[in-house]
Amino acid sequence: MRCRKCPKRAVLGMPRHNTAFCGPCLTEFVRTQVQRAIKSQAMFAPEDQILVAVSGGKDSLTLWEILLKLGYRADALYVDLGISGYSERSREKVERFTRDVAESCGAKLTIHTVKEDAGAGIKELANLVKRPTCSTCGTIKRYQFNRVAWENKYDVMATGHNLDDEAARLLGNVLQWQEEYLQKQSPTLPASVAGFSKKVKPLYRMTEREIAAYAIVNRIDYLVEECPMAKGAKMLVYKDALNRLEAESPGTKQRFYWGFLEKQKKAAASSSIAMAHLDQTTLQPCDTCSQPTTAGTCSFCRMMARAKNPTR
Amino acid sequence: MKIHLSHPTRDMELQGPKRVADIFKELQLIPEAFLVIRGQDLMTEDEIVADGDSIEVRPVISGG
Ligand code: SF4
Ligand SMILES: [Zn+2]
Ligand SMILES: [Zn+2]
Repeated sequence: MRCRKCPKRAVLGMPRHNTAFCGPCLTEFVRTQVQRAIKSQAMFAPEDQILVAVSGGKDSLTLWEILLKLGYRADALYVDLGISGYSERSREKVERFTRDVAESCGAKLTIHTVKEDAGAGIKELANLVKRPTCSTCGTIKRYQFNRVAWENKYDVMATGHNLDDEAARLLGNVLQWQEEYLQKQSPTLPASVAGFSKKVKPLYRMTEREIAAYAIVNRIDYLVEECPMAKGAKMLVYKDALNRLEAESPGTKQRFYWGFLEKQKKAAASSSIAMAHLDQTTLQPCDTCSQPTTAGTCSFCRMMARAKNPTR
Repeated sequence: MKIHLSHPTRDMELQGPKRVADIFKELQLIPEAFLVIRGQDLMTEDEIVADGDSIEVRPVISGG
């Protein structure tokens, strides 16, 4: 197979675009797509300070690399969950990437260690508060990401969610008719109330396979291993179903998710006002930490209180 | 040919030469969910893996 843009050997076929690229042309294509995502969804401007959530996996490290290569001012946050083996290995990948790539672009890494902050790793914490590990983890990661962004005055928080992630989540939300979640499934969520930073997903136009190919071509040394808690996640079932459809009919995933975004955009003006309005009327500062919450005490602070006093 | 797979990590042997697309079929893998790497290079589905080659079939779909 030949590259469609130059005479070189192709390294990746892309049936959904009916094309194939060599390494350098793939790199250019991916960066252009990300730039287009940033512009078309009004994610951030060149002078904005961005905080990227990195895990050591392909999506987040690739996102950080692309933002730096495009000349954006992007730092990163890594949350060390204290999962023995996995956390050490993923942290090492993130630290190595920081040393080898990010620091020379003037970017820095912040590490939040759950064990130091809460006295226990994520699994023990989940046991103490009697909740599933992944939901405990989600609460902690969201909270710390927002806290670090807010305290250090970052303009926007970026995550490595890709087309497969968003299409799978959309499928899940549609199958259950979770309308309240549908409203929030956009690649740009505005900072609608004091205390919550703007959130963006610059990789939403790229599939996981394209991102992994970009990482391999550009020698981004990411952790292939998955978090051991992720096994049997429902998302994997949705992703698998979508990839089977994609094989039969290339472009299914992008038509599904981008089509949804188009429909959502038609109602954009009114809905973003509605969402900002909704946030302002229902969110107030947490009485313990002052991050915004719908309850008097935010879910993170309630969880921490239960972890310190599990008998209650 | 030697094939290395992840999630779970395992190694296997297949008779070569074989096209990447046929390896996917034989292992019943969806091409959209994997990449094939020989040395440091990605391989497209029409490329042929020789009998003496070692390749990695790397899953690209994550659960989190
Ligand atoms: S799989 Fe669960 S525990 Fe592991 S990083 Fe994801 S949310 Fe956290
Ligand atoms: Zn080319
Ligand atoms: Zn709080």
